[in-house]
Amino acid sequence: MTQLRFLLNDTEVALTEVAASDTLLDHLRLTRRLTGTKEGCAEGDCGACTVLSGRLTPDGLVYEPINACIRLMASCHATHIVTIEHLRGPDGGLHPIQAAMVAHHGSQCGFCTPGIVMALYGLWMTDPKAGEAEIETALQGNICRCTGYAPIIRAAQAAGAAGGQAQDALAREREAVAARLAGMRGARVSLARGADRALIPTDTDDLAAALLKEPDSTLVAGATDVGLWVTKFMRDISPAIFIGHLMKDITVEGDLIRLGAGVTYSEAAPVIARHIPQAAEYWQRIGGWQVRNVGTIGANIANGSPIGDTPPLLIALDARIVLRRGADRREMPLEDFFIDYGKQDRQPGEFVEEIVIPIHRAARTAAYKVSKRRDSDITAVAAGIRVDVAEGIITDARLAFGGMAGIPKRARAAEAALRGQPFAEAAFDAAARAIAGDFQPMTDMRASAEYRATVARNLIRRFWLEQSEPGLPVRLRLTERA
Amino acid sequence: MKDDAAPIAGQAHQDTIHDSAIKHVTGRADYTDDLVEPTGTIHAYLGLSTCAHGRITGMDFTDTLAQPGVLGVLTADDLPGVNDVSPNGMNDDPILADGVVHFWGQPVFAVIAETRDQARRAAHKARIDYDALPHVLDPIAARDAGMGYVTDPLTLRRGDAAVAMADAPRRITGRFAVGGQDHFYLEGQIALAIPGEDDEVALHVSTQHPSEVQHMVAHVLGVPSSAVVVNVRRMGGGFGGKETQMNLFACVAAVAAKRWHRAVKIRPDRDDDMTATGKRHDFVIDYAVGFDDEGRIRAVEGDLYARCGFSADLSGPVTDRALFHADNAYFYPDVRLSSHPMRTNTVSNTAFRGFGGPQGAIMAERMVEEIAYALGLDPLEVRKRNLYQNGQLTPYHQEVQDQILPRLIAELEQSSYYQARRQAVLDWNARGGVIRKGIALTPVKFGISFTATWFNQAGALIHIYSDGSIHLNHGGTEMGQGLNTKVAQIVAEAFQCDISRIRITKTTTEKVPNTSATAASSGTDLNGMAALDAANQIKARLTAFVAENWKVAEDQVAFVPGHVRAGDQMIVFDQVIRAAYMARIHLSAAGFYKTPKIHWDRTTGQGRPFYYFAYGAAVSEVSVDTLTGEYVIDRADILHDVGRSLNPALDRGQVEGAFVQGAGWLTTEELWWDDKGRLRTHAPSTYKVPLASDRPRIFNVALADWSEATERTIKRSKAVGEPPFVLGISVFEAINMAVASVADYREPARLDAPATPERVLMAVERLRG
Ligand SMILES: Cc1cc2nc3c(=O)[nH]c(=O)nc-3n(C[C@H](O)[C@H](O)[C@H](O)COP(=O)(O)OP(=O)(O)OC[C@H]3O[C@@H](n4cnc5c(N)ncnc54)[C@H](O)[C@@H]3O)c2cc1C
Ligand code: FES
Ligand code: FES
Repeated sequence: MTQLRFLLNDTEVALTEVAASDTLLDHLRLTRRLTGTKEGCAEGDCGACTVLSGRLTPDGLVYEPINACIRLMASCHATHIVTIEHLRGPDGGLHPIQAAMVAHHGSQCGFCTPGIVMALYGLWMTDPKAGEAEIETALQGNICRCTGYAPIIRAAQAAGAAGGQAQDALAREREAVAARLAGMRGARVSLARGADRALIPTDTDDLAAALLKEPDSTLVAGATDVGLWVTKFMRDISPAIFIGHLMKDITVEGDLIRLGAGVTYSEAAPVIARHIPQAAEYWQRIGGWQVRNVGTIGANIANGSPIGDTPPLLIALDARIVLRRGADRREMPLEDFFIDYGKQDRQPGEFVEEIVIPIHRAARTAAYKVSKRRDSDITAVAAGIRVDVAEGIITDARLAFGGMAGIPKRARAAEAALRGQPFAEAAFDAAARAIAGDFQPMTDMRASAEYRATVARNLIRRFWLEQSEPGLPVRLRLTERA
Repeated sequence: MKDDAAPIAGQAHQDTIHDSAIKHVTGRADYTDDLVEPTGTIHAYLGLSTCAHGRITGMDFTDTLAQPGVLGVLTADDLPGVNDVSPNGMNDDPILADGVVHFWGQPVFAVIAETRDQARRAAHKARIDYDALPHVLDPIAARDAGMGYVTDPLTLRRGDAAVAMADAPRRITGRFAVGGQDHFYLEGQIALAIPGEDDEVALHVSTQHPSEVQHMVAHVLGVPSSAVVVNVRRMGGGFGGKETQMNLFACVAAVAAKRWHRAVKIRPDRDDDMTATGKRHDFVIDYAVGFDDEGRIRAVEGDLYARCGFSADLSGPVTDRALFHADNAYFYPDVRLSSHPMRTNTVSNTAFRGFGGPQGAIMAERMVEEIAYALGLDPLEVRKRNLYQNGQLTPYHQEVQDQILPRLIAELEQSSYYQARRQAVLDWNARGGVIRKGIALTPVKFGISFTATWFNQAGALIHIYSDGSIHLNHGGTEMGQGLNTKVAQIVAEAFQCDISRIRITKTTTEKVPNTSATAASSGTDLNGMAALDAANQIKARLTAFVAENWKVAEDQVAFVPGHVRAGDQMIVFDQVIRAAYMARIHLSAAGFYKTPKIHWDRTTGQGRPFYYFAYGAAVSEVSVDTLTGEYVIDRADILHDVGRSLNPALDRGQVEGAFVQGAGWLTTEELWWDDKGRLRTHAPSTYKVPLASDRPRIFNVALADWSEATERTIKRSKAVGEPPFVLGISVFEAINMAVASVADYREPARLDAPATPERVLMAVERLRG
C-alpha cells in the first residue's frame, strides 16, 4: 500500500505524498487550516498542540491525548485524530468541558486553552470522577502561563460532575469509527515524498525483515525523541520505519512481567501499579500524559540516554531485554546493554523486542526521581533501589542511578557496603558514604555535580528512612497522589 | 417599563466572562498565526549569532541561497532606514548585527523563503565567522570589568542614610542575587507584514504596543508613520515580553515585504524566541539595614546591580522602578538606594510584569527576614512595625495617602489562621523530620502609573451605527487580562445596554493614534477612562437631542436598561439612535484621558510618579524535603486590593495567575548560561515554569471588597495586572523559613533566587554544617 489513511474528525484522509518527517501539527495548521490546535514549543512540553488520538487496542477503541507537534504523520495511520474543532456538546453547542471552562474563567489569553480542553476531554472520557490529583496528572503536559491553573482545575471538576459521557459524540460513534479504523489496517505501507521515505510494517516479522534490508533506517516508535530531532534539530530521518503499533504485548507469567518494546508508559502503568507498586508514583512522573501515551519503554532503553527514567528502576529489578535481528534473538541483562555514553550493545539491523522484568515480591524496592520541577521534567537524579533481606541480613542490593554518569549505572561501591550487612541504619550510612566513590557526575543546566552527588547520597538515606518507618513523612504529598 | 427593570448584562462591577472565552474554548479565537494569509505569503527566519561577543569577520550565504525556496537574505546593509529599534532613542538596539555581535543569539541576518520550513532550514546553512572578544555575563563581573552602564543610573535619597546607619543600634549588611525570568508567553513572537501602495505597509503583530511598532517600522523603512498600520486583535500572552521585543520581528517582516512585494510572515521557534528576546532583569543587591531592638528600620542603603544585557531597551525605567519598590511596604526613615544598570554580553533585558518592582520589593523582604532572625521575632511582626503610615514619605518623596495594609493584613491574618498555623509549623519542625515546613505572610504596595509621565494618556473611539449597534475601539491591547471585557462593561453601563450589543474590535493604529504600551497595569485605568469619555460625549449629544425631540428638560433624560427615559416616556435605545441619526446627530466620538496629579523629576529623584498604590498580601505555607531540596506549596491565602473591582471574576483570575507566575520566578524558573555565554535554558524542556501540580492545592483568593480607590480612577477600581505578582515572594520566604528550621532559626536561610531544589538543598547542607 502506498497510502497513509486515517480519520481526521469526521473526514477520512488518504495521502500518498508523505515524508517521514512530516508532522501532524503542520498538517493540521498549514494543510487543513485547522488552526485551533496551537504551536507553543514544538517539543512536546507545553501541550498547546494537544489533540486526541483514537486507536484500536485489544480493549477496543481508545482515545488518548497526544502532542500533535511531535506526532509524525506516518504514526497517524489507522488512527482517529480529533481536534478542538470537532468538539461539541450533544446539542451542537459547547461540550461540558468547554462550558465549564467558560463558566469558571479557565481561559485568559486563550492560547493554551484548546490544548487544555483536549487533555481534559481525554480525562473526562476515561475518568469521569477524577479528583484534583488525577486532574493535575492529566495536565502535567499542559502549560498555562496566565491562569495559575486554579480555575482550570475547578472547570475540570465541574465538567466531571456534569457527566454526559454516554451522550458524547465519540462514544456514540465508537463502533462505526472502530470499523473504519479496522478497515485501514493490514498491508505494509510505503510512503514517500521525493527521496524522503517512511515505511509502516505489518507486523514485527515484517519490521525485522525491513530493518535487516535497510539497517540504517530510523526506527520511530512514539517519536517523543525522534520527533524532536525533526522539529528542533531539523534532522533527516529517512528512511524511517514506524513501529509504534507493534510489540504491544503485556504478559505476566509467574514472577515475570514481559513487556513488548512498543508498550507505552500509559499502557504499562496498570501492570506496574499492580506488581511494582513502589514505582507507581515514579511512573507517573515520566514526561506528561501526552508523552506517556505514545512514548515506549523499548525506545526509552534503546535511545541509551543517561537520563532515561526506566533503566535505573529496571536495572535494579534485574530486568533483561530481548534483541532481535531478522529471525535471531538474544537476551541480555539490561545493564549490559549500556556500554558507554552514546554506545549500546546493538548490532546493525537489530532492535529491542521485549523487556523481561522479574517481580521481586519479597524485596524492598523504591524508585526515586529528583528534578527541578516535580512534573514533566527531565531527571537530575533518578534511582532504582532493590534490597533483598533475609533474616535481618542484606543478601543482595541493586542500586542503579540515572543522571550520575554517561549511562544508567549501578552504584557498586554502595551496593558492596550493603551486601552482607545487617539491615540497619549503619549499613545505609556506609552505603551513603560509599556512593561518593561510584560516580563523577557532571554539571549542566539541570543540576550541578555537587547537587547530584548530594542527592544520590541522600536518596540512600531516604530509602532507609522509608523502610524503617519513622512515623514522620519522608516524601512530599505522597499520600494524596497516585 | 420602569427604571428598575432588569439590569443590563455585563454591567460594571459584575462577574462577566472574557469577551473571547467561547472562542478560546472552541479554538476559534484567531491569533496572528491563524489569520488567513494573503496569497503568495512568504516567510522570514532569523539567523542568530553563535558567539557571545565578537567581530564578524565573514558572512557566507552560498549554501543558504542554494537551498530550495530561498528568495534571499537580509543583513544590516539591506535596511533602507535606520538599523535600530531602541525604544528610547538611544540608538543601541540594532535589528541585525552590524559588524559586532554583543550576545549569543543576537540576530545577524534573515533568510526569506517560500515556506517557513525552508527559511528556517536555510538559516542554519549560513556560515558566519567571528573574531571572539572577551564577554561578561553577570552584573558584578560587568562592574569589575568596567563595562559601564547601558543607561543613566538613579539614586533616591531621603535624609542621611550613612549617618542614620552609623547611629542605628543594630546593622546588617548582605548580598542577595535574584534571578531573571523568561516570559514564556504561550504564543511566541510573530509578525505578518502586507505591503501596500507607495510606501505603505500594514502589519498584524502580536504586540502590546502597536504605536511603537508603527514608529519603528516607519524609521526602519524611512517612511512617515502615516504609511504604516499596525493591528492586533489579541495576543497569546505578553507579560511585558511584547512591549518592545516584537519590534525587531515586525521590522524584518516589513522590510522584506517591501523588498519582495509579498506578504511576509516571521515566527521564530521557541528556542530562538527565548534566546533572542529579552527577559526580566536579574539583580545582585547589596543591602545594609540599620534598625533598633524592636525591629524598627532606621536606615537603609541599597545598591541594585541589574543584568541589563547589551543595550538599554527599557532598563532605565525598569531599574528605576526597582528602586521605587525597594521599600515594598515599609517606611525607611533615612535611605539611599542606587541603581546600577550594568551592560553585559547577554540579551537585552526588558519589561516583565512588575517591571523591576518585584526585584526591588524582594530586597525589602530580605531585610525584614534579617531583622526578624536577628531579634528572634516573627517576620510578620517586623513587617507590621515598619508599615507606612499615611503622611510618611517614600524614598522618592511621594506622600503615602491611601494606606490600607494594616486592615488588609489583619483580615488576612485572621482568615488564614496565620498565627495558629505558624505555631503548627514551628511545632512540626521541632519534631525534626525530613520534611520541614515554612509559612510567611508578605504584603505588597505597588505604585500605579507609568513613571514616564507622558505615557499616561489614552484614546478611544466609539461609533454607534444607525441600527443601534456599538463599535468600540481603544488604544489598549488584549493579552488575556480581560481589558476589552472591562472597557466594554464600562461602555455598556454608560449606555445602559447589554454588553452583547458592543462589538469589541482589534486594536489598530488607524483608529486611535499615539497610544502607550498596554503595560504598567494601566490598561483599564487609561483606556477605560478614554472610552468613558467617548461614551459621555455621545450621551451628551443624545441627551440634548432627546430633550428637544421628546420635549423634556435635559435633566429629565436618563439612560436606563435598554432604553432612554424622557420624563415619563420610555424609548427603546434603537429607536433613539434611529431618530438621532435622522436628526443628523453625530454618533461617533473620540475619547481621551490623561492621568492627573502625577509628576516626576528624575534629576532630583523627587515627585509623585504614582497616581495611587494598589495593595495586597499573601500567606503561603510550604513543605520542603531536606534530603533533596524539593518542595510543594501546601496552601496560599491571598487578600488583594483592586479598589471597586470592575469584574471580580477577571480580577481574581489576574491575582491567581500573577501569584503562580511570581512563585515560578522565585522557585523553578532558572536562567542558566554556560561559560561560553550561551543561555542553555531556552525551551520548556529546560526552563521550568509552574505546572498545575505546582500551584497551591489550597488556594484561597479574595478581593478586599471594602476597598475603594481614593483617587478618581475609573469607577474607583484599581489596577491588577502586576501588583499580585509580588505576592509570590511569600512562597520564597516560606521556603526560607523551612530551610532555616534545620539550624533552629539561628540565622536566616539567605537563599538566592530562584530557590531551585538545588539551592534549597545546598542551603540545608550549609546550615547543617
Ligand atoms: C516532553 C517530553 C518529556 C519527556 N520526559 C521524559 C521523562 O520524564 N523521562 C524519560 O525517561 N524520558 C522522557 N522523555 C523522553 C522520551 O519520552 C522517552 O525517551 C521515550 O521513552 C521515547 O520513546 P518513543 O517511543 O517516543 O521513542 P522514539 O522517539 O520513537 O525513539 C527513540 C529512539 O529509540 C529508537 N527505537 C525506538 N524503538 C526501538 C526499538 N524497539 N528498538 C531499537 N530502537 C528503538 C529510535 O530509533 C530512536 O533512536 C520525554 C520526552 C518529551 C518530548
Ligand atoms: S507545541 Fe508544545 S507540546 Fe506541542
Ligand atoms: S490562558 Fe494564557 S496560557 Fe493559558
